Amino acid sequence: MSGAAIAVAAPSRRGWRQRLTGATPYLLLAPGLLWLVVFFIWPTIQMFLMSLSSGSLDDGFKLTWSIDAYQTAFGKFPKQMGNSLLYGGLATIFDFLIGFPVAYTVAFRGGRYKNLLLFLVIAPFFTSFLIRTISWKTLLGDEGPVLGFLKHALGVVPADFTVIGTPIAVVAGLTYNFLPFMILPLYVALEKIDPRLIEAANDLYANRWAAFRRVTFPLALPGVFAGSILTFIPALGDYVNATLLGNPQTQMIGNVIQGRFLVQNDYPVAAALSFILMAAILIAVTIYARLLGTEQLTG
Amino acid sequence: MPGVDVRLVDVVKRFGETLAVDHVNLEVQDGEFFSLLGPSGCGKTTTLRMIGGFEEPTSGLIELQGQDVTWLPPYKRNVNTVFQNYALFPHLTVYENVAFGLKRRGGLKDGEIKSRVGEMLKLVELPGFDKRKPNQISGGQAQRVALARALINRPAVLLLDEPLGALDLKLRKQMQVELKRIQQEVGITFIYVTHDQEEAMTMSDRIAVMNRGSYEQLGDPESLYERPTTRFVAGFLGVSNLLPGTADGTAGAYAVIRLADNTRVRVPAALVNGNHNVEVGIRPEKIRLANPDSAASPETNQMRGVIKDASYIGVSTQYIVESRGGSQLTVYEQNVERATRAELWAPGEEVALSWTPEHTFVIKDTTPHDADN
Repeated sequence: MSGAAIAVAAPSRRGWRQRLTGATPYLLLAPGLLWLVVFFIWPTIQMFLMSLSSGSLDDGFKLTWSIDAYQTAFGKFPKQMGNSLLYGGLATIFDFLIGFPVAYTVAFRGGRYKNLLLFLVIAPFFTSFLIRTISWKTLLGDEGPVLGFLKHALGVVPADFTVIGTPIAVVAGLTYNFLPFMILPLYVALEKIDPRLIEAANDLYANRWAAFRRVTFPLALPGVFAGSILTFIPALGDYVNATLLGNPQTQMIGNVIQGRFLVQNDYPVAAALSFILMAAILIAVTIYARLLGTEQLTG
Repeated sequence: MPGVDVRLVDVVKRFGETLAVDHVNLEVQDGEFFSLLGPSGCGKTTTLRMIGGFEEPTSGLIELQGQDVTWLPPYKRNVNTVFQNYALFPHLTVYENVAFGLKRRGGLKDGEIKSRVGEMLKLVELPGFDKRKPNQISGGQAQRVALARALINRPAVLLLDEPLGALDLKLRKQMQVELKRIQQEVGITFIYVTHDQEEAMTMSDRIAVMNRGSYEQLGDPESLYERPTTRFVAGFLGVSNLLPGTADGTAGAYAVIRLADNTRVRVPAALVNGNHNVEVGIRPEKIRLANPDSAASPETNQMRGVIKDASYIGVSTQYIVESRGGSQLTVYEQNVERATRAELWAPGEEVALSWTPEHTFVIKDTTPHDADN
């Protein structure tokens, strides 16, 4: 009796469940997709249309399919574009040089202090980005703790030497602000490496340096890639460090976009600049991925 | 006459408070298949890692082909290791994995490296796998690659750390035969770490049975099985029945031991070696069960007992027999004469147990349990 009842009920119930199970991935993706459509894709389309518009804030912008904004963007700001690439690139390289030894030490030598050390890496996030950058102004100030010490206590630096308002200060600020974004992916990649692989390399006649070069570093490449992208992209578009620590000559593309949008209300050029920046980043990342070897990354 | 390939002299390894390896002295002969067998935590892997150079001994000396290598790093030792779980380089192909050691050592042309890798992959029966990545091959194949990667360097000694542990039973049996074949083919000394007694018995020329940081007995598989000298070895390699007793004179080439229930058994005199309190051991498959009324041969050791339990397992039947002295003995009987279940001994039946004195072994160590007697 009960067997017959189950046999009748089962197919319909199973069908319903199967359909639900089949839809699960889409249901799980839905909130994220909706978010991206509303807050990323739609604004991007609007921004793209804006970059092809002309007019002013008072008269209103009209879509005229004009490429004037792009011509202005390309023609007038090569210096700021160059500054962005240079400062962003330098900050990424310095972050790598500082971050790799830190991530390596935490991953392989951290022992029971691993979590504490990682906490220290992200501890600056508990303070506002702005406040931290402003405090660098004091740190690097002409009579601040660093220069003051070098000038008066050691006397190795001339009294009129200044760092604030120079590219050095901007790169230093960028390097400092984005360092955790380099360290964390590197740490994750290094931590995953089975120490027995390094033993195996030693066993196969690789000394410490050869084992690092042939095994540890290649296996950390996904982390190098992720870390440098997470550092380079926001550093490229940053305008806070250049504003607070630089001078008018050290302006980056982010400063121009910010100025066009919020000060001059020149939306089409600001939008065109944003698109050029996006394209530049995409191209740079693609070239970078090729250079590192995508096979290695997915391997 | 083969020489000594690996010599350990008074090797001690401490990790903080724990004594992992406790004054081990070993000599492994050239071309030998030598196993370190023991339960986890017995110090076998630490011993192997010290030979490989991955751990430094706290004290003692390690010699490789007469050269003191105690403080040499792994990459300066003519020793290669097959790691537990293989430790293949995941970013390199099978070819690059196998060629790794040759390339690091240098001195070989690309063409020669290529032909040696090809040769090696053929030896481990993986020709044509050059371009695969480790994540594209099975566990058994990864095992062979790990072996090829180590053997290609023609080391003086190959160290194997539970290399078959991750494989399923069938593949493991197959690889045991193959490992032995490869070892005989290349003639390299193998030092093999395992906790699997059957695996060690199948492949080894000699086995050191380790317990608590040092080995309790060292010998070929047959002597370890037939003549274990400690309780631990008797219990770790197969199943043993141990009966406490005291020496009670001699009878020809035999020593007589009086057991707890006053039964007298004979054992080869050399095994007793002047000890008074001993334990007599007998393997379950060496005991014959018979009707207590039937006449037994006077040459055999005999006991009376009652069947407590019978379990039929196809190829044999396992009995638990309680002797008159109260000790429980395990007996295996091949299902030859009594092949159907109805013909088996039934619980409660009285039986006569007999075995030849030559099959009897003697446990000499006096653990606290023995001291009580």
